[in-house]
Amino acid sequence: MFSTVLSATLRGLFVEFVQVEADTSNGLPMFHMVGYLSSEVKEAGERVRTAIKNSGVALPAKKIVINLSPANMRKKGSMFDLPIAIAILASLGEVEEVRLRDALLVGELSLDGAVKHVPGILPIVMEAKKRGCRVCIVPKENQKEGSLVDGIQVIGVENLAEVYEILKGKHSEGYRKKQENESWDIHFHETKLDYSDIHGQRIAKRAAEIAVAGNHNMLMIGPPGTGKSMIAKRIPTILPPLTKEESMELTMIYSVIGGLNQDSPLMRERPFREVHQSVTKTALIGGGTIPKPGEISLAHKGVLFLDEIAEFQKPVIELLRQPMEEHQIKILRERGEYLFPAEFLLVAAMNPCPCGNYPDLNKCMCTTPQIRNYLGRISQPFLDRIDICVEVEKIQYQDLQNEGEEETSQTIRERVSAAREIQRKRYQELGILTNSELKVKDVEKYCHLGVKEERMMRQAFERMNLTARMYYKVLAVARTIADLEGKENIELVHLAEALSYRSMDQKYWGGGEA
Amino acid sequence: MKYEYWFANIQGVSCKKKLALLSNVKSAEELYYIEETTLKKWGLEEKDCNKILESVKEWKLEAEYEKLLEKQVKFYTIQNPEYPERLRAIPAPPFALYVKGKLPEEDVSSVAIVGARECSPYGREMAKEFSECLADAGFQVISGMARGIDGASHRGALSAGGTSFGVLGCGVDICYPRENIELYMELQKSGGIISELPLGMQPLPQFFPARNRIISGLADVVLVIEAKEKSGSLITADMALEQGKDVYALPGQVNSRLSRGCHELIRQGAGILLSPKDLLEELGIFHKEEMKKMGKTTENKISLESPEKLVYSCFDFQPRSLSDILGMTGFSIPTLMNILINLELKGCIKEISKNYYVKVN
Repeated sequence: MFSTVLSATLRGLFVEFVQVEADTSNGLPMFHMVGYLSSEVKEAGERVRTAIKNSGVALPAKKIVINLSPANMRKKGSMFDLPIAIAILASLGEVEEVRLRDALLVGELSLDGAVKHVPGILPIVMEAKKRGCRVCIVPKENQKEGSLVDGIQVIGVENLAEVYEILKGKHSEGYRKKQENESWDIHFHETKLDYSDIHGQRIAKRAAEIAVAGNHNMLMIGPPGTGKSMIAKRIPTILPPLTKEESMELTMIYSVIGGLNQDSPLMRERPFREVHQSVTKTALIGGGTIPKPGEISLAHKGVLFLDEIAEFQKPVIELLRQPMEEHQIKILRERGEYLFPAEFLLVAAMNPCPCGNYPDLNKCMCTTPQIRNYLGRISQPFLDRIDICVEVEKIQYQDLQNEGEEETSQTIRERVSAAREIQRKRYQELGILTNSELKVKDVEKYCHLGVKEERMMRQAFERMNLTARMYYKVLAVARTIADLEGKENIELVHLAEALSYRSMDQKYWGGGEA
Repeated sequence: MKYEYWFANIQGVSCKKKLALLSNVKSAEELYYIEETTLKKWGLEEKDCNKILESVKEWKLEAEYEKLLEKQVKFYTIQNPEYPERLRAIPAPPFALYVKGKLPEEDVSSVAIVGARECSPYGREMAKEFSECLADAGFQVISGMARGIDGASHRGALSAGGTSFGVLGCGVDICYPRENIELYMELQKSGGIISELPLGMQPLPQFFPARNRIISGLADVVLVIEAKEKSGSLITADMALEQGKDVYALPGQVNSRLSRGCHELIRQGAGILLSPKDLLEELGIFHKEEMKKMGKTTENKISLESPEKLVYSCFDFQPRSLSDILGMTGFSIPTLMNILINLELKGCIKEISKNYYVKVN
């Protein structure tokens, strides 16, 4: 007898539905699986047969053929174990096929019949709902994650016998009642870190505030031990809370890599991803034969922190250029293209020279070419994409002594939220949220300059050798500074401050001869 | 000439020995065709003898000389009357000089300005200022065309419309360091590039101390702008003393590593550089133009508003960071940044590293 069960697999962040077909017929007893399977799916055969046996159903000595359709798509992952098992049981008439209509099943089986968790439940359930499924049967551990989707029943199961019972209809009310959805409320970053921990460093803190307010990429330069990492690690504490939509988007990404906390699967906090300099290209931007999101996508809606950016391999850093502009990454593979969102706030830190003490010539032992080479590890096009560049200085003793005067993260966050709200309202038509996302033509429209301001920018453009990209970045940062103050127009002070944060020009690094 | 050129290019035979050999014959041409036995008869050592005979075999007489002409390099042996008298007087003078451009004038005073490659903005500005003033007073400025002080000295002299000469530690057809290429071209027009090393010789560390004796040798007075405790500039100063030249050193902050060498020189009795005017007076030269120059450095021509003046007064030639100034002035961050950007746009200060500024003269 033939039977079919709906299941699904992931292709990047996209869900592909897979029909698991089983047929039992008379003939020489054999078990055969087809459908362009990777080795972990082929192995499912052994797991499934043992699990069925251990769940109390004896497999008859018949010819059993399993097909995973569409046959031209490579099947990977362990989520097909449960649908295969159920398809076999259905083909044997052990479960009622009526109950399998409008149902989607995913799950990995262990030999004793226990159903184990699998990644990607959230996007799968979402797609199932769109397709018109009424019920999803998922591993118990993934139930909360699946239940984040409204309007579809998600049943968590612990073992194969339980699924068998449900589908056989022994439960009086058919499917068990669905659990309550996880409630949504505004959630702030929960951490012991706070900006009031950092004494002094007013300029760097101010820069961080502006960076967050307008979602501008930021580079901190300073000698070792001045608190660059401290400042970066506290950025999440001043980020505005996630909206529900943003939270779901983020939860999808983390679901795909299996990175959710299953007790409370919803991502309520903006991510802070610190990447070490040994990171590979694939780990950073995403990839693999079936591409998975990389660090830049895991930092979506949050912060990507690259400490000691000059120590990274140059090709790895250069890969960030495109996603920094596009806010997404498109990975092309032979089997198609994969799009991952990557709307991150880049925060990077570096020393000014190999020994870290430049321009203190009493301590710096580096030669001019060494200093130039050090900065040369980061290309000018990459530097041009940095909106805010700031020096972080050695902390002075009196700053350490000043207790209790420092602003708390909450105060800063309130200002940031206000500025973000102004931006959101202003850009409603454009469908963007922050100044950093402004396109060139929109910069001219929204960052209008008065006569005096215009003159200053013209002077600056000529004297400071700004590139066109840097010019627009300065305007966008000035817009953010004005927004923080709640000002309608960009004023000279805002422009000047934005100019001070402009990115570096390599040619003039290291003193400059001429 | 081609025979002289061949003879000068024999490496590893000292100037003294070369002169002794030449004294036995009429010209270098005779030496080119000489028998081994004759050389031995003159009591020449085996290894020197071999070097000469080998070079006769390997040297492409015509081709090499043509190359010299093609590259427009002038060539003077110590026997040439145009060879600088100043160099003839020093111990161990170079046997030959290769020159692009011209040689320093004999009857014009010349000054060597030397110092550290990794110099501070203070050193760079001072080198430029001294060089400008001295060039203006008619001095020829000699230096080594290296990064830092050397380059600044050349640039100062050239900007004042004076002549300047760069003595290289490599062949004159090689520009080292590469980034000074515009200086290299400029010096050929208003002065010269000089080296005792043959064409095509790469800059090797061992050549530089020997190069320094030519720098001090060509000068009447040597100024050391910035030098660490162990520095090539101190070698130049030692050479200068050996050659009987006056040495002056520029004082710096006592805790500055870059001025330690200079302070040591002053302790040992070198002259102290207080201002170009002071130096000129000490050298017995007074230049009318100087007064104007002096005025320029103390009074800035550009008009500044009073908060700008306050901020500008915080600067000297030590790099100051934004946070330093913030602490010194007590302005708010946006106000201070506004002032700094205005000062930068007016060309009063320069950003040398992220948010580090120095005064520009």
